[in-house]
Amino acid sequence: MTEVITPAAPVHRGPADLHYLNEHRGLRSWLTTVDHKRIGVMYLWSVLLAFLLGGIFAMLVRLELLTPKKTIIEADAYNQAFTLHGAIMIFLFIIPAIPAALGNFVLPLLLGAKDVAFPRLNLASYYVYVIGALFALGSMLTGGVDTGWTFYTPYSTTSNTSVSMMTMAAFILGFSSIFTGVNFIATIHKLRAPGMSWHTMPLFVWGTYATAVIQVLATPVLGITLLLLLMERVWEIGIFDPRLGGDPVLFQHFFWFYSHPAVYIMILPGMAIISEVVPTFSKKTIFGYKAIAYSSVAIAFVSFLVWGHHMFTSGQSDLATAVFSFLTFLVAIPSAIKVFNWLATMYRGSLDLKAPMLYAIMFLLLFAIGGLTGIFLGTISVDVHLHDTYFVVAHFHYVMMGGTVIAFLAGLHYWWPKMFGRMYSESWARVAAALIFIGFNMTFIPQFIMGSRGMPRRYYNYLDQFQPLHGFSTFGSWVLGLGLLIVAGYLLGSLRKRCDAPGSPWGGMTLEWTTSSPPITHNFETTPVLTHGPYDYSLPGRRA
Amino acid sequence: MSETAAQPGRRAHEPFLQHHFAEPEQQVEAGKIGMWLFLVTEVLLFGGLFVAFGIMQTRHPEAFASAHHHLDRIMGGLNTIVLLSSSFTMVMAVAAAAANKRKQLIVFLVLTLVFAGVFLVVKYFEYSHKFHDGLLPGKYYSFQGESVPGEFMFFSFYFMMTGLHGIHVLAGMGAIGWVLRRAIRGDFSNRYYAPVDLVGLYWHLVDLIWIYLFPLLYLIQ
Ligand SMILES: [Cu+2]
Repeated sequence: MTEVITPAAPVHRGPADLHYLNEHRGLRSWLTTVDHKRIGVMYLWSVLLAFLLGGIFAMLVRLELLTPKKTIIEADAYNQAFTLHGAIMIFLFIIPAIPAALGNFVLPLLLGAKDVAFPRLNLASYYVYVIGALFALGSMLTGGVDTGWTFYTPYSTTSNTSVSMMTMAAFILGFSSIFTGVNFIATIHKLRAPGMSWHTMPLFVWGTYATAVIQVLATPVLGITLLLLLMERVWEIGIFDPRLGGDPVLFQHFFWFYSHPAVYIMILPGMAIISEVVPTFSKKTIFGYKAIAYSSVAIAFVSFLVWGHHMFTSGQSDLATAVFSFLTFLVAIPSAIKVFNWLATMYRGSLDLKAPMLYAIMFLLLFAIGGLTGIFLGTISVDVHLHDTYFVVAHFHYVMMGGTVIAFLAGLHYWWPKMFGRMYSESWARVAAALIFIGFNMTFIPQFIMGSRGMPRRYYNYLDQFQPLHGFSTFGSWVLGLGLLIVAGYLLGSLRKRCDAPGSPWGGMTLEWTTSSPPITHNFETTPVLTHGPYDYSLPGRRA
Repeated sequence: MSETAAQPGRRAHEPFLQHHFAEPEQQVEAGKIGMWLFLVTEVLLFGGLFVAFGIMQTRHPEAFASAHHHLDRIMGGLNTIVLLSSSFTMVMAVAAAAANKRKQLIVFLVLTLVFAGVFLVVKYFEYSHKFHDGLLPGKYYSFQGESVPGEFMFFSFYFMMTGLHGIHVLAGMGAIGWVLRRAIRGDFSNRYYAPVDLVGLYWHLVDLIWIYLFPLLYLIQ
């Protein structure tokens, strides 16, 4: 590949000058771009679309559960709605949301690099994502899927809905995830700015690195699992089918060997964002840099050793169950290390409660609940009662939505001015953040209560005694949905303005704030050379 | 600042240096990291199949032991030698590239391609023999002779594993063909031959997977 080197742009540029969004124009320039920023933006719109679609299914599920019997859809449609909600949210939204959309945009900027290590592979990962998304869409249009996002056998090998195509979709999306992971690891190893050592990298980079390692190590196993499932459906190879001498629990082992680490593919990048937002808005050096950095790696490592906690009630041996339970508790240690270090960073900082920081604080509260309830579920004797109840549903929504999605919103608000060069309305952002916080808790606290009282997950009908709590949960989902719509409103609204964002709207010290907003195509006027750490707010003149 | 100023002149001598890398070495090392990571994913992909095979074999030992007698060890052994030879010619190709010997590079790449082709031809004969006898995966299994119940599962794995490996051989041939085209065009020199190196790494992995598949499928008792 030969590239013409464009001469460096003049140093003083007004907002009307050329940047990565307007230097080239037209659809073709977007579809053939290898610029990590543009690929990040394309990913961003795609995952937001997936979020909208998955959200519509979520609202449908909640609406159906408003009354104990049929509310608006039949049982079969309900099964499809919760399956599609889960599959879309996980494979099309959460997994790519932070690494592939925000990460793609900011990672090279944080490193002071011109691009990721393999720009064409990066574009390929986007196209593979789109192809996977089309397969998922195709599956929805040709009968949908009703197995739940986990595709458990033997139901998934006998269901006559469009499981094969959805399996293909997840298989293809896996490649997209692997491409991103490979690219990021090579980028972090080889493209750090001169002077940036492993211990002066911004913490977002550490989180992304740990995530990328999991993406590379776990996703191939999902690939082969889905391939085996597909072969079971098409050829009846017998591996998961007890009639033919196979073992359905083996599928669960294979599936969770990927999907438990995948939970950390989802949460680690969220934590990575929080590690950037907290010091910037506390105007303080991060507390425990190394502890936060290495705890990401520790989480990635332990994540591979705990998959059996999904099979406590599946006939796994008692010994294995006890070992998996113990290992599951270990995850709490690095997670708590992070939380306490963030709190220590905020302690006696000069807190600036702008939108990104509001979401970061929201993350701390909700993730703490999500994490602690995870310990309930990792405890064998308690899990036997709570397994497959709404308690589990509430737990992982606190981690995935209260954790990752809220962190994604923190990151989106934090880097939005950098990405698009526009400031959004801070007052609307506060209103929306309040609605999201209230709505989220309204939706999911009742689910903890129902779960602890035995309400099973995924059921279409339920006992009358659960109606008030289900009703409250559904009302909460409307508040939550309204909050998210307001976010969409003011963020999209800001795009109609002229570029008004300064290079560094929050006073952050990482390298992305040293270039203009939006950045020029090659990111920096000159290759940045690091003279201070990423969070040196104590340097003379930095502490405003 | 100084770097930007120095670049255009120096870069003219490095036609394959991508714009976001400062040095050729940086690009080569990044490529190597990328390729090794890719190989890790391949090992894990096949690793899943090996684990599944191992578990099912311990559940159905008689069926697996009986079924593997249908495989032709001579053909399998021949293919092992063929692939090992192709790995050797690939090593020689990389060495030729590093030594700036374009003709040798081309010859060794062609030889590697020929060996890969021979492998696929042998595999084709093996497959057609299995098809003829009805030794097929899953529900297509229709062998008429004496057999232990459950042999179909062995052939499920046999076809999945060798099939997936075969696809990798095809992909490897594509990659070698691409490198060959570039070699003929004269892209490579002792200063720039990373693609040869990387394709070589990939090809060795394809070989290595077969080295594990051969005893697992053909030689187990
Ligand atoms: Cu888990």
